[in-house]
Amino acid sequence: MERLLKPTFWKVVGTVIFVLGLYTIYLRFTGGLAAVTNLNDHFPWGLWIGFDILCGVGMAAGGFTLCAIVYIFNIKKFKPIIRPTILTAFLGYLLVILALLIDLGRPWAIWHAIIMWNPRSVMFEVAWCVMLYTTVLFLEFSPVILERFKVEKLLKIIRGITIPLVILGILLSTLHQSSLGALYLIVPSKMHPLWYSTNLPWFFYLSAIGVGCAMIIFESYLSAKAFKKNLEFDLVSDVGRWIVVVMSAYLTWRFMDLLLNDKLNLLFVNSIETYLFWLEIIIGAIIPIILLAQPRIRLNRVGLFVSACFVIGGFLLNRLNVSVTSLQASSGVSYFPSVYEIIITLFLVTLGVTIFNLAVQYLPVYEKTKETIPIEFEVISDDELKTEPATK
Amino acid sequence: MKRKAFLIDITECVGCGACYEACKEQNNLPQTSDDPLRDSLSDKTYTIVEQRGDFFVRRMCQHCEDPTCVSVCPVGAFTKTEVGAVLYDESKCLGCRYCMQACPFQIPRYEWGSVKPRVQKCIMCYDRVKNGELPACAEACPTGATLFGDRDEMIEIAKQRLAENPEKYYQHIYGLEEVGGTSVLYISPVPFEELGFNTKLLKTALPNFTHEALAKIPTLVTVGGVLLTGFYWLTNRKNEIAREKFEEKKKQNLRGEE
Ligand code: SF4
Ligand code: SF4
Ligand code: SF4
Repeated sequence: MERLLKPTFWKVVGTVIFVLGLYTIYLRFTGGLAAVTNLNDHFPWGLWIGFDILCGVGMAAGGFTLCAIVYIFNIKKFKPIIRPTILTAFLGYLLVILALLIDLGRPWAIWHAIIMWNPRSVMFEVAWCVMLYTTVLFLEFSPVILERFKVEKLLKIIRGITIPLVILGILLSTLHQSSLGALYLIVPSKMHPLWYSTNLPWFFYLSAIGVGCAMIIFESYLSAKAFKKNLEFDLVSDVGRWIVVVMSAYLTWRFMDLLLNDKLNLLFVNSIETYLFWLEIIIGAIIPIILLAQPRIRLNRVGLFVSACFVIGGFLLNRLNVSVTSLQASSGVSYFPSVYEIIITLFLVTLGVTIFNLAVQYLPVYEKTKETIPIEFEVISDDELKTEPATK
Repeated sequence: MKRKAFLIDITECVGCGACYEACKEQNNLPQTSDDPLRDSLSDKTYTIVEQRGDFFVRRMCQHCEDPTCVSVCPVGAFTKTEVGAVLYDESKCLGCRYCMQACPFQIPRYEWGSVKPRVQKCIMCYDRVKNGELPACAEACPTGATLFGDRDEMIEIAKQRLAENPEKYYQHIYGLEEVGGTSVLYISPVPFEELGFNTKLLKTALPNFTHEALAKIPTLVTVGGVLLTGFYWLTNRKNEIAREKFEEKKKQNLRGEE
């Protein structure tokens, strides 16, 4: 406890952000969105949708990427980092819901989507994905809590349904990641042609897998530093290789898309959009591909980490470009987030980091995962088989 | 009842603002400006008259035939009625503002300063139209620049005017085909882009775009589910075989020791 209360630089910063955030929420719920945001009739979606929702959901993509790797493709060596990754995804979704409650004009009506259906609406699909996937993530994470409080019966049930849960989770995130892109399919005449494409859902999906891998690296690196857990990092160098594959596919597809739609000339127009487009592509795809293609960098802790940061940075820029930059020109107004909007975003990030830290301290998130992985038997790799003395 | 529509003839509009005043009164909207030419659409103003050079252009919700706002609203707060009016039900709305983001004409307005905000726009005076009356603005128009009636009839009148006075009119009926057609039609003496209309709109109704993506979901879920289960089964089978072999060898070894 004493250690928790000892003030450090980051704790002070965190507390300040926390207080400012609560104050902003108070203003928001007493004065409406006008009191705290720069949003208006011409620019109804801003930083909160662009960063808190689009990026938040994307950053949680590590969860489903890793689940697929471990449970479906059976690459079990990643098991030790599955819990922290699922925790991050779960927290990510909780924060997305919190962000929604702040951004929605009538948050008390959020449950309407459960009973008032409009299956023609992408937003309807998004709403259901958020609800279902958050539940799935909670169930996937629940063994950690159940273990901590020794609720054996429930634990058994949950373990029994792990694989169906994982499959459901992967399907839901596939739908959800891509449907966030699909939200923008409806505005062909409003969006800048460098970003508008009927392939937007696919671009969102592919880049989410890319950033999912990057998040796995990012988290392993940071938790290795913060919690002195060294073992995780050695596993993740391979993930860097996958990033090269995924991001190359993404890059090729995006340029093919521009080519096939006769938009290549737009790449050389002197405009803010063109610059931001190039920035996004260079930071998010070209640089990390070049870096990670070299074993020297991929096998180097810092090199790997820095490359992952590029992917994440490019991803964030891409989502903000889609949600803000690409719509700026047609809206006829220029939008820049207000101080309050930025505070809320920082508030959510701080909240996420704080809860993650607390969870790691009080729950067996980084516990030895031997018994806790709900499969019926221990997996024996071919190597083990060979080295087993019995086989001599 | 048949589909209704407005026909707004820009050559006839004198910019008097009678429609603006009538709308304010009909819908109990507060005064926001003394001069309708200086006002803009807002949660308190459903229609305005804009001056564009020598011409006056009324702006209001287009009451699209396949309205984007209706299709995007997750909870169905927007509906297209049988007469063509597009209505909003605040008791369903979440305030997500997707309707505003998605409307190709940038019409819906929001009560930004309210803690119980609503989305606001022209409602084609649905209660009046339902009872066979004219919308307040059409009734108030002194010159006949705003006509209202069955959509087919309005289209006929518009076509007739274009055909009879080709030198007076630019040969296009705005709203006939834009985004799949709307219930507000315009005819004008000059090309529509000169009057600030969005002339780059496609002829297809926008909901078609998302419909294609949404239609793929069932396939994606089924195929994806089968593939994932298959992969899981395959990769696990390999391990299981390995385990069986391992156990087998272990047993043999034990026997050997005995
Ligand atoms: S103009 Fe916009 S608000 Fe009006 S019906 Fe069409 S999509 Fe809806
Ligand atoms: S703001 Fe309200 S009416 Fe508009 S799309 Fe969202 S829920 Fe529907
Ligand atoms: S139809 Fe009614 S609500 Fe719409 S602009 Fe005319 S008077 Fe106003």
